[in-house]
Amino acid sequence: MAGGDEQIGRVVTPAQTMDSRVSAGIIALAAITLLIGGAFAGLLVEGAHDFSGAWGAFDPYLLRVVRFTLWQAILSTLLSVVPALFVARALSRHPRFFGRAFILQLFAVPLALPAIVAALGILALYGRAGYFAGLFSAVGGQDWPGIYGLSGILVAHVFFNLPLATRLFLEALQTIPADQWRLASQLGMAARPAFRLIEWPTLRAALPGVAGLVFMLCITSFTIVLTLGGGPAATTLEVGIYQALRFDFDPARAVALTLLQIGLTFIVVLALTRLGANVVGDTNLPVAPRRYLSVNGTETTLNAALIVLALLFVVGPMAATVLAGLGADLGRLAGEATVRQATLTSAVLAFLSALLSVMLSLALTMARRALALNRRAGPRTLLEHATDTGAGFVLVVPPIVIGAGWFLLLRHAGDVFAIAPVMVVTVNSVMAMPFALRAIRPAYDAASERHERLCAQLGISGWARLRLVDWPSLRRPLATAFAFAMALSLGDLGVIALFGSDSVQTLPYLLLARMGSYRTQDAAGLALLLGLVCLALVLAADWLGRHKVRNV
Amino acid sequence: MRTLLYALVSTMVVALSGPALAKDKLTVYTYESFTADWGPGPVVKKEFEAECGCDVEFVSVADGVALLNRVKLEGASTKADIVLGLDTNLTADAKASGLFAPHGAVSDVNVPGGWSDDTFVPFDYGYFAVVYDTEKLKSPPKSLKELVEGSANDKIVIQDPRTSTPGLGLLLWVKSVYGDKAPEAWAKLKAKVLTVTPGWSEAYGLFTKGEAPMVLSYTTSPAYHMVAENTQRYQAASFEEGEYLQIEVAGITTTGAKNPLAAKFIAFMTGPKFQDAIPETNWMFPAGKTDKPLNPAFDKLVKPTKTLLFSPEEVAANRKAWVDEWLAVMSK
Repeated sequence: MAGGDEQIGRVVTPAQTMDSRVSAGIIALAAITLLIGGAFAGLLVEGAHDFSGAWGAFDPYLLRVVRFTLWQAILSTLLSVVPALFVARALSRHPRFFGRAFILQLFAVPLALPAIVAALGILALYGRAGYFAGLFSAVGGQDWPGIYGLSGILVAHVFFNLPLATRLFLEALQTIPADQWRLASQLGMAARPAFRLIEWPTLRAALPGVAGLVFMLCITSFTIVLTLGGGPAATTLEVGIYQALRFDFDPARAVALTLLQIGLTFIVVLALTRLGANVVGDTNLPVAPRRYLSVNGTETTLNAALIVLALLFVVGPMAATVLAGLGADLGRLAGEATVRQATLTSAVLAFLSALLSVMLSLALTMARRALALNRRAGPRTLLEHATDTGAGFVLVVPPIVIGAGWFLLLRHAGDVFAIAPVMVVTVNSVMAMPFALRAIRPAYDAASERHERLCAQLGISGWARLRLVDWPSLRRPLATAFAFAMALSLGDLGVIALFGSDSVQTLPYLLLARMGSYRTQDAAGLALLLGLVCLALVLAADWLGRHKVRNV
Repeated sequence: MRTLLYALVSTMVVALSGPALAKDKLTVYTYESFTADWGPGPVVKKEFEAECGCDVEFVSVADGVALLNRVKLEGASTKADIVLGLDTNLTADAKASGLFAPHGAVSDVNVPGGWSDDTFVPFDYGYFAVVYDTEKLKSPPKSLKELVEGSANDKIVIQDPRTSTPGLGLLLWVKSVYGDKAPEAWAKLKAKVLTVTPGWSEAYGLFTKGEAPMVLSYTTSPAYHMVAENTQRYQAASFEEGEYLQIEVAGITTTGAKNPLAAKFIAFMTGPKFQDAIPETNWMFPAGKTDKPLNPAFDKLVKPTKTLLFSPEEVAANRKAWVDEWLAVMSK
């Protein structure tokens, strides 16, 4: 770092922060743009000769599909995010709640379950033949019709997204400086004002991001919506995209529908940003060694009830999945070479995707922060937007679109089978980025608020800063991001639909293959195995995150 | 350690020198459940390799539709010699692509209604059927009409014709029975439909979990439960109007026309060594000569009184309109 003495005492100058952080972000953005843009280019080149299908897609039926897609996604988001705010707060106020760490680890598992496994788990409880069917029939006075229809879709989406939103909100709450809690404690602040003055601003800052993420996951829902929706009246745009690519092979229509999906998401996410707020973090280094919390008896009971309710809701379908899995011949399954190979393949691919995903996300987070610091006043630049919400939109580009686009580009360039694993890792890592971003950003921004000037004054930047200053405070959120990215990659299947899956036989692939040839017991056993692999990976990530750094 | 190193090096040498000793190779594109451990693929590969002294390479994609798309995308430069696993709903489209070559002459093919196609050769067939749970449904429908007009309490899980082959099968079945009155039939059937799943697996999963007493599947489904699980619980309903047929076929690509092994494979495919493997791995009926008698379980299956089938050309010409018609009724 040039400058030396004369820079001491000055505030950060743009020249200093236009450092490696922004370049890293630009490289990450370029990689993502290449991945998505390449896929679109591939599809458009193929589809260019015939746009009639693309125009034909815009009919009155499409309008109904759009309406339903938005309606279910908005409801699902509300029902997932609002309760998650309170569950996260309850968890944050009881750091020593019994089994808290394990609850949070369990909360990462739903993401790794293929949609059909989750749907069957949910139906095992609330379906026509579910455990609760007798009870519901008795209460309702008639045969329980099951939860098919909008209610089924909502229950499934909340099952996936409530735990996710809870973890992300909790991550945000943990960035509240301990000094604020000490002050609140000294002032004798009760729960209500503490919520209003301390917790709510932080939650509100995280709200648009988390809600946007959940919304994107729900708007792209496919198997859940069709299986639990009760009929084609419950259809999402994603079904149309899938149909366009898999059945009619009309790339132009697939691209048109994907763009429509992106457009709709853009509008909603834009509206969501209005809900948000920018919190000004604490610029001082924290001096309070731990959090001071005074939670009274009534609140403790309420919080405990809330946590237990959320836990039961999430654990119920998982327990049903485990029970079904225990009925399988697990010994034989574990002995099968195919199963072991698939387990290894899944774990390796998920690990690599998660690693890449966390690196990309960290690069974007750092760039966004650096850009925001340089800007001071005035509107945000396009680049800043791109590193912020822009990158999140990759989630509404269906993996099958990316897979098909790249297949079209690469089919003449050599062996497409060899490329399949690379596609799986890159696409999954990019798809997991919106999760990782939300886990990392609050912590990075809070840490930056505290350390930015110090770093500038001492001339610490680049790797040295990352290693010495950022790493200790980022370790835990990075582990969370890693765990989520891994869970998400474990369950994914869509990318390689056209590539041919011989080279990437993962656990979910094997599971669906067994289901597809009558072997439902095997499939149930594999679902259990998949859940366990996911839990093991999450535990490992958590352990790494908590592990104390000694040499800093 | 030294032995290990030696073993490793010698393996690599063998692996690297492989191409020099390469045998003739046949590349077969097919669907995934064909090449799965429990599918016909492993047996077929072993038997044909023994017969031809060549290497067989299977490349598998999700299903018949993906198979055709894949070959169309690769075009004339496709590596596939043989494409195995299309059904008659796809053959008109496949022929129109110009990527398939005539098979010459094939004898000994036996499918209901006979077979005369110069490009594609059938390797198995099956009938779509409503499969029901005998523990839940004491009096199953005896006709499609009874199913359509029966009590709304007896639910059925069906598949979406936009994303699934059996889903399209039911659509064509209803169309072949009801003709222009199909929309009215669907409007009545709709009340009995518990849900419409994206694929066969999801529907069958819901059915075996007990969510609905009926599911759209194949007449051969009960054979699996009888042979592999030793239970008579799941049975197919026999319908007066007849059952809709699905014939699975293979064809030689223009690439394969230059490979003498391709024609040999097609001949092998209709012979006993291939056909014997079909019933209890693919759970379909063999379309050629077998050496072994069928498992007795297959004799207990529903025998259609009448076989229903649209020609590939009719399906190709009307599929979109019929699916739209279905969608209009079902999404109300």
